[in-house]
Amino acid sequence: MSTEPYIILSAILFTIGCVGVLVRRNAIVVFMCVELMLNASNLALVTFAKANGNLDGQIAAFFVMVVAAAEVVVGLAIIMTIFRTRRSASVDDASLLKY
Amino acid sequence: MTAFWILAPIMVLAALGILFVRKAVHAALLLAVVMISLAILYLALEAPFLFVVQIIVYTGAILMLFLFVLMLVGVDASDSVVETIRGQRVLATVFGLILGLVLVIGISQVTFGAAVGLDDANEGGNIPQLANLLFSKYVFAFETTSALLITAAIGAMVLAHRERLTPKESQAGAAARRMREYAETGRHPGPLPAPGVFARHNSVDTPALLPDGTVAQDSISRVLAARGTVRSAPALSGDIDEIKRQLGQAPEQSPEVAGRSDAAASTEEGDQ
Amino acid sequence: MSSITALAAESHIPVVDPAAADGVFSLAWLVIVLPLAGAAILLLGGRRTNRWGHLLGTATVLGSFVIGLSMFVALLGRDADDRTVGRELFTWIEAGGFKVGMDLLIDPLSILFVLLITGVGSLIHVYSIGYMEHDDRRRRFFGHLNLFIAAMTMLVLAADYLGIFLGWEGVGLASYLLIGFWQHKPSAAAAAKKAFVINRVGDIGMSLAIMLIFVTFGTTAFAGVSAAASGADESTMNVIGLLLLLGACGKSAQVPLQAWLLDAMEGPTPVSALIHAATMVTAGVYLVTRSNFIFENAPIAQTTVVVVAVVTLLWGAIIGCAKDDIKKVLAGSTMSQIGYMMLGAGLGVAGYAFAIFHLITHGFFKANMFLGAGSVMHAMDDDVDMRHYGALQKAIPVTFLTFAMGYLAIIGFPGFSGFWSKDKIIEVAFTQNIFVGLCALIGAGVTAFYMTRLMLMTFFTPDADGNGRWEPGVHPHESPKVMTVPLIVLAALSVLGGFLLVSNWIVDWLAPVVGEHHHEDPPLPALAMTAIVVLVVAVGVALAWFTIGRTEVPRTAPTDVNALTRAARNDLYGDAINDTLVVNPGRQTVAGLIAFDTAVIDGAVEGQAAGMGGLAGVFRRVQNGFVRTYALSVLAGAVLVVLVLLAVNL
Repeated sequence: MSTEPYIILSAILFTIGCVGVLVRRNAIVVFMCVELMLNASNLALVTFAKANGNLDGQIAAFFVMVVAAAEVVVGLAIIMTIFRTRRSASVDDASLLKY
Repeated sequence: MTAFWILAPIMVLAALGILFVRKAVHAALLLAVVMISLAILYLALEAPFLFVVQIIVYTGAILMLFLFVLMLVGVDASDSVVETIRGQRVLATVFGLILGLVLVIGISQVTFGAAVGLDDANEGGNIPQLANLLFSKYVFAFETTSALLITAAIGAMVLAHRERLTPKESQAGAAARRMREYAETGRHPGPLPAPGVFARHNSVDTPALLPDGTVAQDSISRVLAARGTVRSAPALSGDIDEIKRQLGQAPEQSPEVAGRSDAAASTEEGDQ
Repeated sequence: MSSITALAAESHIPVVDPAAADGVFSLAWLVIVLPLAGAAILLLGGRRTNRWGHLLGTATVLGSFVIGLSMFVALLGRDADDRTVGRELFTWIEAGGFKVGMDLLIDPLSILFVLLITGVGSLIHVYSIGYMEHDDRRRRFFGHLNLFIAAMTMLVLAADYLGIFLGWEGVGLASYLLIGFWQHKPSAAAAAKKAFVINRVGDIGMSLAIMLIFVTFGTTAFAGVSAAASGADESTMNVIGLLLLLGACGKSAQVPLQAWLLDAMEGPTPVSALIHAATMVTAGVYLVTRSNFIFENAPIAQTTVVVVAVVTLLWGAIIGCAKDDIKKVLAGSTMSQIGYMMLGAGLGVAGYAFAIFHLITHGFFKANMFLGAGSVMHAMDDDVDMRHYGALQKAIPVTFLTFAMGYLAIIGFPGFSGFWSKDKIIEVAFTQNIFVGLCALIGAGVTAFYMTRLMLMTFFTPDADGNGRWEPGVHPHESPKVMTVPLIVLAALSVLGGFLLVSNWIVDWLAPVVGEHHHEDPPLPALAMTAIVVLVVAVGVALAWFTIGRTEVPRTAPTDVNALTRAARNDLYGDAINDTLVVNPGRQTVAGLIAFDTAVIDGAVEGQAAGMGGLAGVFRRVQNGFVRTYALSVLAGAVLVVLVLLAVNL
């Protein structure tokens, strides 16, 4: 079985996630795109585990999931806080720190 | 590979959908599609534990958290797909394409060879083998994640916590405030009147009638009034006739009904 | 001046070779430390010491005087060759081959100075108790006076040029503080600043001289320098001597650094008496005398000393003739008398002893007259204009009598101390050079003129009614005892100071330090010389009597006066000369440098900064605040890195 298509799929999903972060303005959707990127890398890790015949890749993917869970909790709390003070979930509205 | 070739186009399409859909809820649902497909791919890649974790933790917990926050935040101007930063979309697309191309070309330059497969590694079950690794080789990282999770939990609590800036109002204070407001603005101090009650209808949308037959404005929710779904008592007069007919009595026109009809009509005008 | 050069070769120049201190000499450090401790207590103690501060200040100086006196007695008991005692305290500076000890040198010269400084200093301290009684800052005044005494004794007791320099700067500081003591007066503050700045010019000469001495001899101690002096290169010695003379000119108000002394009279009168008459301004004479081993080997420098001395002698005397401010007349007189001392010191071995002799007698009678002037001012409500005095001899008899003793001493009335000392200097001057002698003789006549003028305008010349020209509301009264007793003591010393010359005692006493000079016959017999001097003095007195004593003195200074008088009233244009030669060119240079700095240096720096600011103004637009733009740049960077990696690896 060739693992190459899995890796290419992972790359495509990662790229889509990247572009999503750049073009979407809703902070929650941006966050979802970040999750998409994490998932894409997870796919690559699991694929590598299969290709190399050991479980280290799966462990790494597991850790990524744990960290992503923690990140989502804090990230969403931050988004909520910003929304509460600014009445907006747009990443473009928080642009006071500039020249 | 069959599963892959079926799921891969679905995943790519769903992921692209995230870029283009207008509503965040739809994006979340599309993301769910990608994630569940990924879980199935994990199964195909001999990672049953991750399959379960992906569905339970990612799709079940994290994505639900997203939806929960979306519910709190609600519909927002940021859902608009009109780009406000000049050149952002074009440049993002260009760089995204370059990245994708480079990655794909780069990967296709590498020869992976045949996959070793996890038959040996999964000897005795995938989950026990993962546990063996996790609690021996990666035990320190594992313990560290516990600290990370606790920190994240505390962080979320701190961020979500809202400080009470004014003392909590006591019952006596509330009563005093109501009386004061009554003295100052004439606002009614008591509870609002209940909506009208009819036997055959859920009558929250039906205003109560005052003794003189006029409508009590406060008895119905403002939301219902705004939606224009308030029913009027005269509209139900047909029901009375129906009941009477069922009871074997001839319907008769009552002068009070006409009077109430006027009152109800005025209520509806006032509400709209 | 060839005769002076020849003399230097003939005369034996003693080498400073101190014996170890024992007995009372080991206490020599107390002479300095006592007033220093007094100053520290008074200046650091603050208001707590207000009540008894002046008493402590006086007591410390008296203590120093007692120690000095016992050392003097101990020296008297020794053989002439055994009278140089060194007291090594501690190593002050040690850096490689450069080693300076905090050593004291007690020899016939320094002990005379110690006695003069602490003796006259004690009297002036006592006088100040009365004079400063109504001043709120009397305690601070005594603290500064004590600081001065400590620095001055350090100056004269040091066995090393660096030690002298320490005291030298110390007296400069004390002088600055005391001239500007009434700092609320802008004139006093300006005078203090002027004195300080002009003294800095002299101090540069002094410090350069010390550096040159170290470079030449490898040491700055008197012992080492005097031992090696005769073998040194003559031109080097000339340079050292001229630099030392520059220092001496600054401190002793000699031409061309004389301009500060007249302004220094802004200080309280006891300060003028102690610092600007009796002691500090004579430090230059001390320096030249102490450095006799250098000047005897530096003929050009020695000749310059004589020239400077003669010019100053006449300069000060002429200024003294025209001033109406009693203290400024005395200041001009001080300048002139220090010129005499410098003349004596410049005349070499023959004159050193007489220079010191005149210094001591001058210390007595000039302190006496300054304190007397203070007493007169005290009586006249601090008025210093002599045209507002007159007919005071009845009103303040004690002051008058003591002042008269000082007057007779300074003009050289036969028998009084000034007669002996000045006469000797004039005699030696005539012996060395007839022209110098003539100038000194004329100076004596002019001195007699202006001092008589001062006496007449202050104590005599009543108007038609027999009253003075006093300001309305002024009621002259005699000063309290605490002021008159020091006056009486100083008056007695002014009269009797000449006893130091009995059987040439002072010459023999100083011989171990300055060398012995075999007597040379003056061009005229000594008695004839004396007669001529007395005659010239008499002419001066008579001239004053006929021009001032016989006529009505106007209350305001007449303006239709000749050019010389006008010049003298303006300090012979000393300030104008300084302004033209130094101050204005300096100001213009500074203005030019400032313009250069503003235009070129600041322009370059600020232009660079402005350019940076402009560039930053353009580039900061990149920071537009949008997170997505930043994320895009991160992606661009990542893509670039991947591309580069790919390009490198493929």
